Amino acid sequence: MDESAPLLKIENLNVRFSHRGKSVHALRGIDISFYKDEIHGLVGESGSGKTVTATSIMGLLPRPSAEIISGSVFYKGKNLLLMPEDELRTYRGRAISMVFQEPAKYLNPAFKIGGQIEEMVMLHMGLSKVAAKARARELLKLVGLGRDGRVLDAYPHELSSGMKQRAMIAIAISCNPDFLIADEPTTALDVTLQKQILKLIRTLKNIENMGVLFISHDLGVIREIADRISVIYAGKIVESAGKESLFNKPMHPYTRLLMLSIPDARHRGRKLATIPGQVLDATSTPEGCLFAPRCPLAEQRCFSLTPELVEHEKGHLAACHFAGKSWNL
Amino acid sequence: MIARRSQKIVFSLAVLYLLMLVAAAIAAPLLSPYSPSEQYLDRRFHAPSLDNLLGTDNLGRDILTRLLYGARSALIVGLVAVSIAFSLGGLVGLLAGMGPKHIDSVLMLLMDSLLSFPTILLAITVVSFMGYGLVQVMVALGVISSPVFARLVRAETLSVKTEGYVEAARALGTPPAKIVVKHIIPNIMGKVIVQCSLTFAQAVVIESSLSYLGVGTQPPAASWGLMLKDARNYLAQAPWMAMYPGLCLALTVLAFNIIGDSLSERFNPRLG
Repeated sequence: MDESAPLLKIENLNVRFSHRGKSVHALRGIDISFYKDEIHGLVGESGSGKTVTATSIMGLLPRPSAEIISGSVFYKGKNLLLMPEDELRTYRGRAISMVFQEPAKYLNPAFKIGGQIEEMVMLHMGLSKVAAKARARELLKLVGLGRDGRVLDAYPHELSSGMKQRAMIAIAISCNPDFLIADEPTTALDVTLQKQILKLIRTLKNIENMGVLFISHDLGVIREIADRISVIYAGKIVESAGKESLFNKPMHPYTRLLMLSIPDARHRGRKLATIPGQVLDATSTPEGCLFAPRCPLAEQRCFSLTPELVEHEKGHLAACHFAGKSWNL
Repeated sequence: MIARRSQKIVFSLAVLYLLMLVAAAIAAPLLSPYSPSEQYLDRRFHAPSLDNLLGTDNLGRDILTRLLYGARSALIVGLVAVSIAFSLGGLVGLLAGMGPKHIDSVLMLLMDSLLSFPTILLAITVVSFMGYGLVQVMVALGVISSPVFARLVRAETLSVKTEGYVEAARALGTPPAKIVVKHIIPNIMGKVIVQCSLTFAQAVVIESSLSYLGVGTQPPAASWGLMLKDARNYLAQAPWMAMYPGLCLALTVLAFNIIGDSLSERFNPRLG
């Protein structure tokens, strides 16, 4: 496979949720590419479509309420959205894996940690019980739970939340996935644990050469871990760039405002910015730029002309009429 | 603290009682020199004595012996009825909980209509169609008790189905059958076991009731309900005839309910 080709590519993904006659446009044409050996941070407010993007990739959108209107998700050239469920299942957990937000909820309380890892590798890799046990021990060591054999035989409730998240990560990477989705894996943890888990994910990425999609609402966390960052707003990618490029020269006013809203030790005493208004009501589909109603730069054309996601500098894409021009907030 | 401890003691007593009952029922022929059905007409209405520890009945049969053999039918009926209700109701509940909506609706409608009849009435109807006897009672009770299990298993399945670990299992490529066996069933078993205990108690009562009404265990076989029926005419003359089977019945039901409650609290610590 061509090294420069994306490992996973989402094209023009439109997803709508309908419930009792009401419909919500959750994703409005997502375009995003993920590469091998790269941590791609996806940042956005609550309800902006981060998790829906992740569940679309996994083919786990709740049916029948969710409907994919258009778009495709290509994994190594194959469109996952057209794949039959049985075939898709062989990809899940094996090729594409996932870590969830609240480890306490995502581990089965009735089984020991070791058993839960063994089940995965026996299912996907066809290992024998003995080999699976060895693999489980090895994985726990890898995520930093290997100091004693205790965790292997522990039930989830016997572990602290940091340990649970490590165990969850061990399960997720147990079958050497090519691509790992981490949906707010640190949000439920306190700051010190957060740091450790971020470091762990980075280390594992380096060992396994995985592509990683790291989802968070916290640009501060994303900044720490991501190589490339995409900003999602109201179901659309508004800006996507390498970390340095994005932080040095944000091209979308929303990105800029998000940056101003994270505390920074270098600018002590600076008032943190807040973005007035709230995320666009997903039931409506207005003309023009979706951020226009909250944008300090908005002018007439922003309300009528939809800005496309265009590459303005090498590897730096933005969907804004002002992108590439100089402006200040 | 004291409440906790006394609760534990009560639980242990209930378990102990049931273990003894089971052991005594199994070992009945060894424990008693008498036959449960042979009549000794020269020894009618003997009050409790060293020969007949709990007295004799209107046909001279030893009450203690009949109690032990009666325990056999009570326990066997309970066991078989609960097993049938557990498997039938559990299967229906799982199908309803996991399957598509229309299957759920049809199955639950069926179960609800079964549930809407008074239990004893339904039991008598079923038994009168299939004929009187212990086997019929067991099958009837099993079928009648299954809606409770179906409803419970369905509700629990629906709730466990939305748990994170089930979602995670799906996200990690676990096939549906394996999700049911590995993730759903182990996490609903607690409540189902509690229900087994309560249904067991109910089955024992209904078996006695049916025997009392003459459609259950048929004479001369022994059953607590049958003993109560015989005793009804001699309450003043030989009160022990009614007292001991009544006591056994009450204690057994109490023991199962205590065990059910304790287990329920153990599985749901938040209630305690």
